[in-house]
Order: sequence, then C-alpha cells, then structure tokens
Amino acid sequence: MPDLLIELFSEEIPARMQSRAREDLRKLVTDGLVAAGLTYRSAGAFSTPRRLTLTVEGLSAESPTTREERKGPRTDAPEAALQGFLRGAGLTRDDLVARDDKKGQVWFATIVKPGRPAAEIVAEVLDSTIRNFPWPKSMRWGAGSLRWVRPLHSIICILTDEAGARIVPLDIEGIRTGDTTRGHRFMAPDAFAVTGFDDYAARLRRARVMLDSAEREAAIRQEAANLAFARGWEIVPDDGLLSEIAGLVEWPVPLMGVIEDRFLALPPEVLQTSMKEHQKFLSARNPKTGRIEGFVTVANIDTPDHGDTILKGNQRVLAARLSDAAFFWENDLREAKSGMQDWEQGLKSVTFQSKLGSQADRITRIAALAREIAPLVGADPDMAEEAARIAKLDLRSAMVGEFPELQGTMGRYYALEAGKDAAVADAARDHYSPLGPSDAVPTAPVSVAVALADKLDTLTGFWAIDEKPTGSKDPFALRRAALGVVRLVLGNAIRISLSELMHTIGEVHLDFFFLRQREHFADSERQLVDAGFEKPDYAQKIKAFEKASFPEGTAFINALVAMEIDLLSFFHDRLKVFLKDQGIRHDVIDAVLNMPGNDDLTLLVNRATALSDFLKTDDGTNLLQGLKRAANILAQAEEKDGVEYSFGADPKYAETDQERALFAALGQAQPAISAAMQAEDFPAAMSAIAALRAPIDAFFDAVQINTDSQILRRNRLNLLSQIRAAGAAIADFNKIEG
Amino acid sequence: MTSPDRPKSFQEIILRLQNYWAAQGCAVLQPYDMEVGAGTFHPATTLRSLGTKPWAAAYVQPSRRPTDGRYGENPNRLQHYYQYQVIIKPSPANLQDLYLGSLKAIGLDPMIHDVRFVEDDWESPTLGAWGLGWEVWCDGMEVSQFTYFQQVGGHDCRPVSGELTYGLERLAMYVLGIEHVMDMPFNDPASPIPLTYGDVFLQTEREYSRWNFDQADTDMLFQHFKDAEAECDRILSADDTDAAGRNIPMAHPAYDQAIKASHLFNLLDARGVISVTERQAYIGRVRALAKRCADLFVTTPAATGEQIR
Repeated sequence: MPDLLIELFSEEIPARMQSRAREDLRKLVTDGLVAAGLTYRSAGAFSTPRRLTLTVEGLSAESPTTREERKGPRTDAPEAALQGFLRGAGLTRDDLVARDDKKGQVWFATIVKPGRPAAEIVAEVLDSTIRNFPWPKSMRWGAGSLRWVRPLHSIICILTDEAGARIVPLDIEGIRTGDTTRGHRFMAPDAFAVTGFDDYAARLRRARVMLDSAEREAAIRQEAANLAFARGWEIVPDDGLLSEIAGLVEWPVPLMGVIEDRFLALPPEVLQTSMKEHQKFLSARNPKTGRIEGFVTVANIDTPDHGDTILKGNQRVLAARLSDAAFFWENDLREAKSGMQDWEQGLKSVTFQSKLGSQADRITRIAALAREIAPLVGADPDMAEEAARIAKLDLRSAMVGEFPELQGTMGRYYALEAGKDAAVADAARDHYSPLGPSDAVPTAPVSVAVALADKLDTLTGFWAIDEKPTGSKDPFALRRAALGVVRLVLGNAIRISLSELMHTIGEVHLDFFFLRQREHFADSERQLVDAGFEKPDYAQKIKAFEKASFPEGTAFINALVAMEIDLLSFFHDRLKVFLKDQGIRHDVIDAVLNMPGNDDLTLLVNRATALSDFLKTDDGTNLLQGLKRAANILAQAEEKDGVEYSFGADPKYAETDQERALFAALGQAQPAISAAMQAEDFPAAMSAIAALRAPIDAFFDAVQINTDSQILRRNRLNLLSQIRAAGAAIADFNKIEG
Repeated sequence: MTSPDRPKSFQEIILRLQNYWAAQGCAVLQPYDMEVGAGTFHPATTLRSLGTKPWAAAYVQPSRRPTDGRYGENPNRLQHYYQYQVIIKPSPANLQDLYLGSLKAIGLDPMIHDVRFVEDDWESPTLGAWGLGWEVWCDGMEVSQFTYFQQVGGHDCRPVSGELTYGLERLAMYVLGIEHVMDMPFNDPASPIPLTYGDVFLQTEREYSRWNFDQADTDMLFQHFKDAEAECDRILSADDTDAAGRNIPMAHPAYDQAIKASHLFNLLDARGVISVTERQAYIGRVRALAKRCADLFVTTPAATGEQIR
C-alpha cells in the first residue's frame, strides 16, 4: 500500500484563500482517486504561504480489475442485431458465449477492464486537479497559459512504498513533477529531495518551514501570550487575525512592541483597528489600566539581531500610522467640540442614493421617523430626534474616512465630546445594530428608536424606487435591515404597527421626492402641484397631480402604496426565517399570518408561539383534526350545494346528546375565545378552544351529518360552521400540516 | 539598517536601482514628458504590456496626484512624488528573486529584515487594467507593488508582463531612517552644497497645493478635458494611411491625449467640482479613450513585433 505525497510550490498564496484551498485539494484528489477505483486509508492537507501539500496514506497500488457481463441478442436473432451488439460493445464474435436464458439461448459477453497502476491514475487526477482548481481568483504568468493563484514553480508527486519513493511522472505546461522542494525563502532557499511525507515534513522543519498552519497558529498564540505575560499584559483575542497571520508566515517569530505614550490617549478601538487592518498586529492590553499598550508583530524570519531591526522598523511604521490617527482624532475632536455643524453641512453634498437624495436628506427622514417611534418604545421624542440627527455625522469625520468599520464607534465618542446626553451618544454607536446574527439587539429606548427609524427609512426608500433584493443579489443589504427590524421589535417586545410606520415614512419620502422634482416645474404648473401637495391623502394628491399633468407624482405614490403591502410580506418572510431558527414551524406562522394586526410582529409572534405550544399538546393535535374535519365537510357541502353555511344553527333541532353538548360547549367557548383574543391572551384562547375537543370528537363519533332530513343536515352544517368560526378566530388551521 | 552598504541620499537610492536594473538587462528609459498619476501611465508600461513583442524597461516617473497635496506639511504625503517602475514581458520565472536583489542593492538585506509578499490585487479603472500580485512589506511597511498584468485597456495580456513599482520617497525614507520627507537628504549630506528633499520641493509642494485646491481655473480645465477627448477621438478616427501613402496609425499621439484627459480629471477632482455620481462617468470616459488607444496599439509593430516598413 503506497503513500502519496503532493506538493504544489508557488509564489505567495493569499492568506485568506489557504484554508479553502487545502480542503479543495484534499477533496479533488481523493475524490478523483476513489472515482478511478482506488482506496486509501487517510488523507491530510497542509498549506504555507508558498505551498499546498497533500498526503494520502495507504493508497491501493492499483485499481481492481473489473468484469462486466453483457447480455446480447438471442442466438437465433437476425445477423444484423448481433453485429449491432458487437459494434456497440466493441467485441468480436469470439468473445461471446451462448447460454440458456428465460427466453431461450442468448449470447453473453464478459467485458474485462484490467486494473491500472496507482501512478497512472494519480497523474491523471493531479493534472485535472491543477487545471480545474477552484481558486477565487487565478492568473496567468510569463508566456504560459496555465492558471494558478500565483505563478506555480514546482510540483512534488511521489508514491512511496517498501521499495522506496518513485516520482509520478507528469508534465503540466512545462512544469515537471519531481521529488524536490525548497525551504524558507531566505533562511533555507536551496532545493532538497524527499522520500515521503514524514521525511518531507521533517526536512521542511530543518529548512525553517512549519508546514501545518494549525501548528503555526498555536505557536503564535503561545509565544504572543508569553511575551505579553512577561509584561503583565494579555493579548486581545482575535482568531480571524491569528489565522490570517499564520497564512502569511512559514516560520513565525512573534515580536513584542510597546505603543508610545503619546498614542495611548487614542480610543482603544482606534489603536486596535489601525494595528490590525494596516499592520496585522495583535493588540496587547494592560489589565491594570484596561488600555491597549502594546502589540505583537509576527515576523517570518530569525535574524542575527533577534528581530531588533524588524521590530524597530515595525515600530516606526506604527508610529507613522498612529500619528495619522492621532491627527484625525484631534481634528475630529475639535469639530465635535464645536458642535459638528461642518459635518452636518458636509453630509448635504454626499449622495446616499441618487433617487433618494443626500445623506442629509436621509438623516432628516430618520429624525422625523425616530420622533414618531419614540413614544412607542418608551423614548423621549426630543432625544430620539436629536440622536438621529447626530448618529451619522461621524461619516464626515477623518477617522471614519480612514477606518469605515469604526462608524458609530467614533460617533459615540464625538457625541460625548459635543456634550450630548449619554443615551444620545450611545444611539450613535448602537443604531447600526443588529448587524449580524451574533450582534446584540439594542435595548436602550433612544437607540431602539433610531435603529428602527434608520432601517425602516432604508427599506421603504429602496422599495419605493424599486431596488429590491432579487435572488442572491442584495447590494444594499436590505434583507439584513429587515431582519434587524424583526429582531429589534421582538427583542424589545415592541408593540408597533409596521403598516402605519411605513405609511408615515412613505409620506416623508414623497415630500423629498416632490422637493427634488419641484424645481423642474414652470411657475404655473408649480401652483397646481403645490396645491395638490397640500391635500392630506394619497387619493386627493393623485387627483391634483393628474390635473397638473404630473404622472411621475402619481407613479411615485402608487409605488409607495405598493411598498406598504409588498414590504410587509418581506418582513413576514424574514420573520419566518427567524422563527424557524427559534423552532416555530413555517406552517404555524402561515396559520396566523393573515390574522388581524399582522403588521404588529410582537402580536403575531405571541399568537404563533401560543399556537405552536398548543399544537404540541394532545388536545391541540386532536382538536386540529376535528377542526379540519369540520372544515372539509363544510367545504364539500358548500361546493355541492352552492351556498355558504354560516348562520342559523338551532339547538332545538339537535337530536342527540352529543349534538346538544356541542351546542352548549360552543355557547361557552365562543365568548371565552373572543374575550381572550380581545385581551390578546392567546394561551387563554387556546384553552378556551381546547374545551371543544371532547365535544367535537364525541359529536363526530355519534352524529351523521348528511342525513336524509334536509332540516337536520342544514342545522348540523351550520353547527359545523360555528366550529369553523371558533377556529378562525384564533388561526387559519387549514394552513397547518398534519 | 545596520548594513554597512547603506546609501546616503535619495538620489543614491535611485542611482542604485538604475544600475541594478540596467545590469538585469532592462532598457533604462527616462521619465515620460507628461503629467501622469503613476508610473503605469508611461506608454512604456501601458502600451508595451500589450501585444506579443518582448520588452524590458526601467525608469523613474515623476507622478502627480493633486488631491494628495498637503502643502509640504505631512511627513509622507505629496502631490508630486517619484515612482520607480520596472516592466518585463514576459514576466521571468525569477522575478521575485530579481526584485529581492534590488532591495539588497539599496541596502535592505532580507536576512535582517522581514520581507513579505502580502496579497494586493491591482486595478486601474481609468486604464481598464487589472492584475494580481502583492504589496511587498519590509518590516511591516509597504515598499513596493508587485503585479502580474492580466488585462490592459480591456485586452488580455499574452504574454503576461511583470510590473514592479517602488514608491521612492517612502522607500528611501525607510532606508535612510528619515521621519519627515522634507528632511531627507536629496544628495550626499557631505556634498559641498548639501540639499534636502525640502530644499528641492517644499516650495513647489506649497505652490501646487494652493493651485490644485484653490486656484486652478475649472472652466478652463473642463474645456481642456473636452478638447483632449475630442483630439484623441480625432486621431483614432483618422485614416491609417497618410498623404504620401505610408501606413502610420497614431496610437501614441492618441494615448497622450488620454493621459492628458486623465490628469485634467485629477485636477478637477482636487478642485472638488466633480460630484460622486459624475466621478464614475468621467473615469468611464477616460477608460473609453485608453481602451481605444489599446485597440489601435495592438495592431502596430511595437505590439506585434513585425518590422516597420
């Protein structure tokens, strides 16, 4: 059982692509080997900046010989049929034997495919793997036409067994497979030959290359922690950065540096972001001061001066970077202190979206909406409006210009510097949240108001100009914004009518739309349109616009009206996805989706939760059957008779005790259900309808609906319709599966 | 920076690079005599990276980026600076080693420094060009751009050119251990008349910063942009055959006009008179010119390697 070693040695592979490339290499090669009939015991893939390596252990030495029997025509079939069979199977008459079959004597042929040596298969699989490798971006180089992530220089491909190592011969666009590689670019650049994976890994280590990225990561983590510990510091955890660094070095040499005192007044987020984004430094925090006071840079080389020159250089570069940051910070603070008017002014000339106006327009809309939302979430309207007005001003700050990911974070610092209330400043930081699934939902009322207003403005705006997400395309992250609204509402148990809010902000969008259009009118037309614009509702506005021959206005209003409906169903879609993760089935949500007040997501979810819990009980599942049975019988009867049974069931026509019992139970349940629904006490509504389970079951057991007496039949159908109505008051049970 | 072989001045670094790349067989060209934003705009790179004819050149290119002007006050930022540019077609297999040799030549010994190739893909929307490569880090500082051109002017590069770009001021400041660009020795500090970078450029940085930001006549610049665009179009639309019956398509004169338009756009941008939405449109207009110049160039002898008759 030979072992296979493959190394693809190239110029520096981007760090972010390495882990996926390891997996792709392992999968493409082993899948190819298996598809060709080989088996293997285990496989492992490795990467450094300059190599992708695969080891496959216990590979079969050859693929097995396969035999396939093919059945031909009967021996007494016409000659043409036989010739056709021979041609199709690539056989001659000598290959055939005649055997008895069910229908008489039939020709049989055994096709033998001899096994192939592993080397032959490996060469084919490797060739196709290299040519079809799924790099996110690949390139050509020199005069060749081969594509790889960066120029590919050499390939090891050897099979090793007791007899020793053999090169698997292959030539890909002039690159011939061999058994040699090179060590560290500077510390051990000479080529050397290897005999198998263990030998390869050991020799690489001697040549100053740590092959396994997990080992490099662990080594960096360990050494960085040690360096920090020696100073009484701790490393700020950042797994993403750590794995990126591990993809930038073959021989990690962590070096610890100190941040100069003059930079320690910078916010920790600025220090950390600048060091991470520009320099790939890990941050070291002093637990006594809580500040970030040091860094770890990871070099790729051992030097005679123990990294002295390297550390000094890095320190210099960092000082230049942080000088820039400090310059931005000080300028920004000055602007913040003076009230941020320049930033406010500046946002007027920044386009948010060409059809939705400037960032300043957007802020005005958000402020208006935040004011509306404030009382609904327990926030002070003045504070919410003010918070919305300042929340995005940091977009004009120099710091956010340099580090866009610090938007909000800087906004909070600057708001505090401008003397704003802490709740207002916090809203600047938190109003973008929740961004991802792991991002917390803001709970402070002012932050909630601004966060909701921001997302609703974006959603309604892009809907109004017909820039909705389609398929996988969602360039404005509207799905995330809608999910944000869902999480904000549910996370804070907010009672809010989304339709009303969408309408409110729709009107604001219309104001802005109109202001943008207004300058294009002639004076005479403008008067007409202005008059129309003062009308209170959309229908009257449309009439006025038609009089003024302003079809764009009518079209925009129609788009706003459509938006209110369409966007609500978009929220419902997001809600379904969200609740599915919470364990509530989509059919349960569908069953409550069209109940009154469905634009109040908290109400909707309370309904769905109560229903979902109810359906998990014995009463729930049985009652569901009863309700469905009632609905089916009714539907059939209504279709047959062409009438709707919905009124006039009379206990005096009740023939059996079970029928009378059901009348009585419905008489009690109906007011109890509607009282509970009125009070939005859904669990109580569920228990009220649960009381119908036994009477309904008993009724169906004892009573025949379709009797010869039309009076009795009609009465029973009308009784069923009361059951249907009782169910419909709670949910659309027909939507529920099972 | 413990190398005993350390250069003493900005100009010595340039001279060493010139000698090094000359020794590697590059034609050492002179700067292009027009205002450009980067060494890539020199026709020796943009146009010569197209077509099949082999090419190897190295040169200093003065580069102008009006929006980067800081009146000479910022330690690292200038509206006029120098790039050192190397372009070799097809890219040789040992280009990384050749590049590392050039660092050694200017006193950056990779055995005591930390030299790294960090992913950085290059794209020039104005030239309709892109390539893959790295920014080269030395002790955490970006000292060069290293790019394998894949497309220029909308044309696939076959063969592929390797392009190296050194930001000379930043690199030299690092090698010489200087904190502020204006303090950097331009010539040998032991010269009879020692000159710093500031002696040469501080006043011009101030003057151009003022002109770029406040003074440049925008109406005139808009007009010049239109003129350059029109002239480029006229040259490209002209008959390839002249009055004497000679076949002389004029790719280079047309490309000059594209460069002009590009620089005029940069000036207008610095004056803040181009809105965010217009920006894309202007870049698109320059790209359209560059692309048509490339379309023409690839049919000419400098691209195909045919003899000029």
